[in-house]
Amino acid sequence: MDKKEVEKIGRLSRLKLTSDEVDFYTNHLSMILGHFEELSSLKTDGIEPLITPTAPTAHIAKDEVKRTITTEEIIKNAPEKSGNLFRVPPVVGGD
Amino acid sequence: MAYSDYETVIGLEIHAQFSVNSKLFCRCSASYGGGDNENTCPVCTGMPGALPVLNEKVVEFAVKTGLALNCKVNQKSVFSRKNYFYPDLPKGYQISQFDEPVCGNGHIEILLDGEKKKIGITRAHIEEDAGKSTHHGEFTLVNLNRSSVPLLEIVSEPDMRSPQEAAEYARTVRSVLRYLGVCDGNLEEGSMRCDCNVSVRKKGETKLGTRTELKNINSFRFIEKAIQYEIERQIDSIEAGQAIVQETRLYDSTKNKTFSMRSKEEAHDYRYFPEPDLIPLKFDEAYIAKIKTSLPELPNQRSARFQKDYSLPEYDALILTIEKEMADYYETVVKTCGNAKLASNWIMSELLRELNNSKKEISDCPIKPEALGEMIMMIDKGTISGKIAKTVFAEMFTSGKSPKDIVASQGLTQITDTSAIEKIIDEVMTANPNQLNDYRSGKDKLFGFFVGQAMKASKGQASPEVLNDLLKKKLKG
Amino acid sequence: MKFLNQTLLDVRDQIQSGKAKSVDVVSESLERIKKYDKDINAFISMNDAAIKRAEEIDARIKKGEKVGRLAGVPIAVKDMYCTKGLKTTAASKILNNFIPQYSATVVEKLEKEGAVIVGKTNCDEFAMGSSNENSAYGVVQNPWRKGHVAGGSSGGAAAAQAARYVFGSMGTDTGGSIRQPASLCGLYGIKPTYGRVSRYGIIAYASSLDQAGPLASSTKDAAEILTSIAGFDEMDSTSSSEAVPDFAKEINTDMTNVTIGIPKEYFGDDLNPEIKSVVLNAIEVLKSQGAKFKEISLPHTKFAVPVYYLVATSEASSNLSRYDGIRYGLRVPSQDLNELYSQTRSDGFGTEVKKRIMLGTFALSSGYYDAYYKKASQVRRIILNDFLKAFTGCDAIICPVTTSTAFKVGERIKDTISMYYNDIFTTSTNLAGLPGMSIPGGLSKEGLPIGVQIMAPHFKEQTIFNISQALENNLKVDLKMKGGMVDGI
Ligand SMILES: [Mg+2]
Ligand SMILES: [Zn+2]
Repeated sequence: MDKKEVEKIGRLSRLKLTSDEVDFYTNHLSMILGHFEELSSLKTDGIEPLITPTAPTAHIAKDEVKRTITTEEIIKNAPEKSGNLFRVPPVVGGD
Repeated sequence: MAYSDYETVIGLEIHAQFSVNSKLFCRCSASYGGGDNENTCPVCTGMPGALPVLNEKVVEFAVKTGLALNCKVNQKSVFSRKNYFYPDLPKGYQISQFDEPVCGNGHIEILLDGEKKKIGITRAHIEEDAGKSTHHGEFTLVNLNRSSVPLLEIVSEPDMRSPQEAAEYARTVRSVLRYLGVCDGNLEEGSMRCDCNVSVRKKGETKLGTRTELKNINSFRFIEKAIQYEIERQIDSIEAGQAIVQETRLYDSTKNKTFSMRSKEEAHDYRYFPEPDLIPLKFDEAYIAKIKTSLPELPNQRSARFQKDYSLPEYDALILTIEKEMADYYETVVKTCGNAKLASNWIMSELLRELNNSKKEISDCPIKPEALGEMIMMIDKGTISGKIAKTVFAEMFTSGKSPKDIVASQGLTQITDTSAIEKIIDEVMTANPNQLNDYRSGKDKLFGFFVGQAMKASKGQASPEVLNDLLKKKLKG
Repeated sequence: MKFLNQTLLDVRDQIQSGKAKSVDVVSESLERIKKYDKDINAFISMNDAAIKRAEEIDARIKKGEKVGRLAGVPIAVKDMYCTKGLKTTAASKILNNFIPQYSATVVEKLEKEGAVIVGKTNCDEFAMGSSNENSAYGVVQNPWRKGHVAGGSSGGAAAAQAARYVFGSMGTDTGGSIRQPASLCGLYGIKPTYGRVSRYGIIAYASSLDQAGPLASSTKDAAEILTSIAGFDEMDSTSSSEAVPDFAKEINTDMTNVTIGIPKEYFGDDLNPEIKSVVLNAIEVLKSQGAKFKEISLPHTKFAVPVYYLVATSEASSNLSRYDGIRYGLRVPSQDLNELYSQTRSDGFGTEVKKRIMLGTFALSSGYYDAYYKKASQVRRIILNDFLKAFTGCDAIICPVTTSTAFKVGERIKDTISMYYNDIFTTSTNLAGLPGMSIPGGLSKEGLPIGVQIMAPHFKEQTIFNISQALENNLKVDLKMKGGMVDGI
């Protein structure tokens, strides 16, 4: 993993990184991935990936409307709002 | 080179919003509208710790639609997260389906200019809608009422070759969705959205050209117009030596142009992976079979039945069955009057024209099908003439009154009484001695003149058959 | 201490029968926290309504009501659980002002059983860590020894229980975050089967691995809390409808029909000798009670750590996308949306969290998905299959919890790799979704606690509690703190 990769990953995950941080994470992530390289020695062809380790039958809800919370409560933690809407700055530079 | 040297390749991604009560992953109302952020909860606003729980009805609707689109319904399907940042995507990912969708590999048949064509359907998958951002220059406002509203994304094969085919495909899919009752197919309100992938290539070329994706198209007419514009834009670019950029373009219907959604962002990397908060969907054969037997009659089946049972020509049957409400309307009319051919004629000509002129849907047609049936029956029985019927029909459409009331109150009942008609004929003959002479000396063509005069004198109420018979006899002298 | 050195079950009975008042018990809890927590730092926030709630419970009891399994007893809840109206931070700056509008299902269940939640405990930020050093609210001291970590990520939960602030402390365990701090603090801490306890309202670190569970001062206390919180929840699609036993009541210490597997891969040459001897001693004690032992093999154990970190960080990278400064939490203002996102997230997340988000983003990104995320998920199945095979020949597995006793604050935080590989004995159970428990097994020469781990097949927590009770009865570990930070224990 190199610096360019770290910069790209930083942008994808919306993390602003200083150049020192880029160096720091490049070192750390390369080292970690280096240690994890041992996985590649294991043959896994045809093995179905495991996601949920126990297998409950899919729980599905009835199509009923249930109101659990007020709009005021939903928006009360918002850093900025207009009326009952969340307010954010626009994307600058796009169009 | 000319436009005609190019071939167009079109594929559609249709997002159909399911007509259900609650959202895909929470029990907030999925209805259109509502106050700002009124239909929201911790789940659909992405609060910390909130988890999705699938809506049973959505699963049923997805399987239904898949079967109606001749898809293979997969016994196992998986929800995946599509990761990207946007203010109206509260979790920072959309729960969708990726490599294991609920439905794959189907097709539907469209009919355009008398020709049938099979359009392949690659897949159909369940996903949640995003919220709505409205941009106000200095700031953007986010409403999450739509967040997690259930959608079925239906992806076609790139099988369409003209804007008309694309629009017809979309109409046909809409028709199926509405027959199933799973989506109201309202393009304007966005309950059905059509994204069009368009590319062009020189005729004879087998490789696909670079495609653009057109969004923001909210009527069938605009599907045609947007694609037409885009085809010409692409060909012009190629002819000018410019490469087509693979991008998303927005259609602006007021300018009838498509515009690039230029974004500084680098190519998306959605990092799809299986949604660990949900268990894969699994169906057994029995469940799929049960849904299959519960499928209603679909437009193509109904059209075939109309051709067979009512002896309608294919075109008429097709027009009458595109909208389920129209087909229901027709069948009620037939049931009331018992004359399938006449019912079809009246609907196809008079009713469709009036609806068109008044910009009304069949569902809010002022003439109830039973009333139209009654009117046709009156024609059939000879109570009114076909000509009078047009007057009656017009009155029914504007006032919504029953045909009986209109005929009675305006004295429009057909005159079949021979003595009354003879009296009218006598008057007409007396009033036109010269024409009578000419006719009797061999000018047969004047027969029509006497029919017209007599009909006029009867205010159109005379029975044409009776009038004809009597007139022939009387004119002979 | 009048109450806090007793068991949850005893004090609950006293409150329910009117012999003791919840208000007095809760007051003692709050006083003790006030006295020691400036130094220990187990709590991030306190519940101002605790006394009022205790009064309500006393009033209900006075009226003759049966309140529940946890009637009137003070309980601590890790700051990963949403608590309605009570600040919930996940020990992160990015949630430093977040007041949930709803409570986690576990919190609701605790309250339904009559528990009094006294406050929210410190942890590693978003439960990412093994030492509680990754908290935006400071490190937690191990009550056994100042200057030593309490473990992580449920470090505050463990410290609060070890200091006897409360009768039970709720933790979460994604790769060992209940069991490791329980081991380091001399507690009974169980990670239930995946799906046994609802995750609804618990801030997600890694959705397919996270489970909630209690840390307590006795087997029965832990069992009683688990009975209170377990069961199907219609708000969590991954929760199980498996019937929930009355764990504490059904404890059976007869070991004669129990076969316990000893996985050879967990007893390598590099195993810390003190830890090894504690586990071997536990085996001897269980043998004396009639349990049978057999060597088993879990051949893919060495892959558990990389698989765990790849799966957990991949899920985390997605789970933590919602912290974007729009609907709640920290926002660093900006004129541009993308700038707002990246500034907010850079300021709001700590170093370890950012590291894991980036690792996970990378493991899922195009071109690397197959080699990292998918590969790890496939090996995860191989690891599960190892366990399923092993459990055809035994009822439970015994092994160490940690590679060492509580280490010193600052000693390992710079060394990511050794920190990650500390989780070697705990991550497999999360990957396989199995229940696992840390049970106090003895003390090191230095006088620090060492835990013994018992694992069992899916939904066989009862087997674990049975073995735990047999050990508790017969090991007679002296859990008196010598040179600890609190008195009375
Ligand atoms: Mg989509
Ligand atoms: Zn909702």
